Amino acid sequence: MTLNNTYPIIEAVGLRRCFGHRVVVHDVNLKLNCGDILGFLGPNGAGKSTTMRMLTGNLAPSSGSVRICGVDLLENPLEAKRHIGYLPEIPPLYKELTVDEYLRFAARLHGLAKISLQTALDEVKHQCDLDNVGKRLIGILSKGYQQRIAIAQAIIHRPQLIILDEPTAGLDPNQIQKIRALIRELGKNHAIIFSSHILPEVESVCNRIQIMHQGKLVLDDNLDNLKQRNMNLESIFVRLTTENVPDQEWT
Amino acid sequence: MMILTIISKELKLLLASSLAWVFLAVMQLVLAWVFLGRLNTFLEIQPQLVQLTNSPGITEVIVAPVFSVASIVLLAITPVLSMRLFAEERRNNTLAMLISAPVSLSAIVLGKFLALMIFFCLIPLLIVMLSASLLTGGTLDFGLLGSNVIGLILLAGCFGALGLYVSSLTSHPAIAALGSLGALLCLWVMDIMTIESGSAMHYFSLFRHFENFNVGLIDTFSMAFLLLFAMTFLGLTIYHLNGERLNG
Repeated sequence: MTLNNTYPIIEAVGLRRCFGHRVVVHDVNLKLNCGDILGFLGPNGAGKSTTMRMLTGNLAPSSGSVRICGVDLLENPLEAKRHIGYLPEIPPLYKELTVDEYLRFAARLHGLAKISLQTALDEVKHQCDLDNVGKRLIGILSKGYQQRIAIAQAIIHRPQLIILDEPTAGLDPNQIQKIRALIRELGKNHAIIFSSHILPEVESVCNRIQIMHQGKLVLDDNLDNLKQRNMNLESIFVRLTTENVPDQEWT
Repeated sequence: MMILTIISKELKLLLASSLAWVFLAVMQLVLAWVFLGRLNTFLEIQPQLVQLTNSPGITEVIVAPVFSVASIVLLAITPVLSMRLFAEERRNNTLAMLISAPVSLSAIVLGKFLALMIFFCLIPLLIVMLSASLLTGGTLDFGLLGSNVIGLILLAGCFGALGLYVSSLTSHPAIAALGSLGALLCLWVMDIMTIESGSAMHYFSLFRHFENFNVGLIDTFSMAFLLLFAMTFLGLTIYHLNGERLNG
């Protein structure tokens, strides 16, 4: 895929989402270029998953805009979604299919041509350590395998933007190491948004941090900047997310 | 292109479940039973039929009633097949995968509907094969057979579209099945009630329109009605899924 490099891979401006009268996400801004791995943090219920659903076109924002590689997600969703790979919080698996069948379907769904399908399949299976289970049914595999199949599904079509909602949940320590290495590797020529509750993991993988609390972004910085100022991610997180933002906004 | 991907995935999932095969087996059992029953009746009354000037043929006596029974069996079984189309997708969280892929909602809905229709086409095929066995001892009225096949496919389309819509409303397959069974039974009861009173409501009965095909009448009004019915529910499904994206 050749892309015009003048555009950031993702640019979200003033994203806002209300459910009824409750504002769940307030004016979130986001801009990622190639090579950025964004750690997206926040306590449960802060609005992370809602934001991710808006970035992937699963939920329309109440206001604001999202551009993926310069293509407006709301005006031209089919073109913009080509550049996205998304792993939702709960892995989206068809348990009655075999791993190969499922990944083939995921690739074709994202418009991968038939000729490049087999290479893409072999490559992604190798990356996610799924080489030996291609013919097995997804339903009978362990949670760790299922999680890795779901990650494979998100990257098989080599999207520019990869959005992973808690990708390491349910993996054992060895697998977590491998997935972190994979994310770092992918981060070299993709943009990745990555949510997690494990702060050391975020520190080891990401180069940018955003913290969300009660629907608002309370921190947006480079990890290096934080390190230079000798600030510890955990203490920042605790300080920013335990303070009550007093006036919760109502419309 | 994308529709084909969706269709092939749906058929794969459908044929991987035992549900589809049990469905076909039950269908064939019921149809063969009715078929043999009608064949028996025909052989009994054949001597009297010969004396009539414009006597009904084997297609009219044997095949048409089998289609009529098939329409009722379809009413009872469609909800079981249509229930999983969206409800299970939502329950397994795979709907998010479909929606974040570069595929339009209408392609998803149409793909699922067409996959169901391809499967439903096996039913008239089973009946045609049963009927073909009659060719060994007589001739068939292919016009009547054809109009029955068209009628049954259109009726299955209506049932399927209704079931698809109900399935898109919930994340529980069982509720989707019960919901569409309830709706279809209401339509059936409406048909029975309005036959007697002869009210205008009878024009809205799916079964009344199917009956036209069943007696060999390809009525454009009936055809248009059934097609519109199916299209309305497909449209509603797309509308509902899009509303979910907008309203959360």
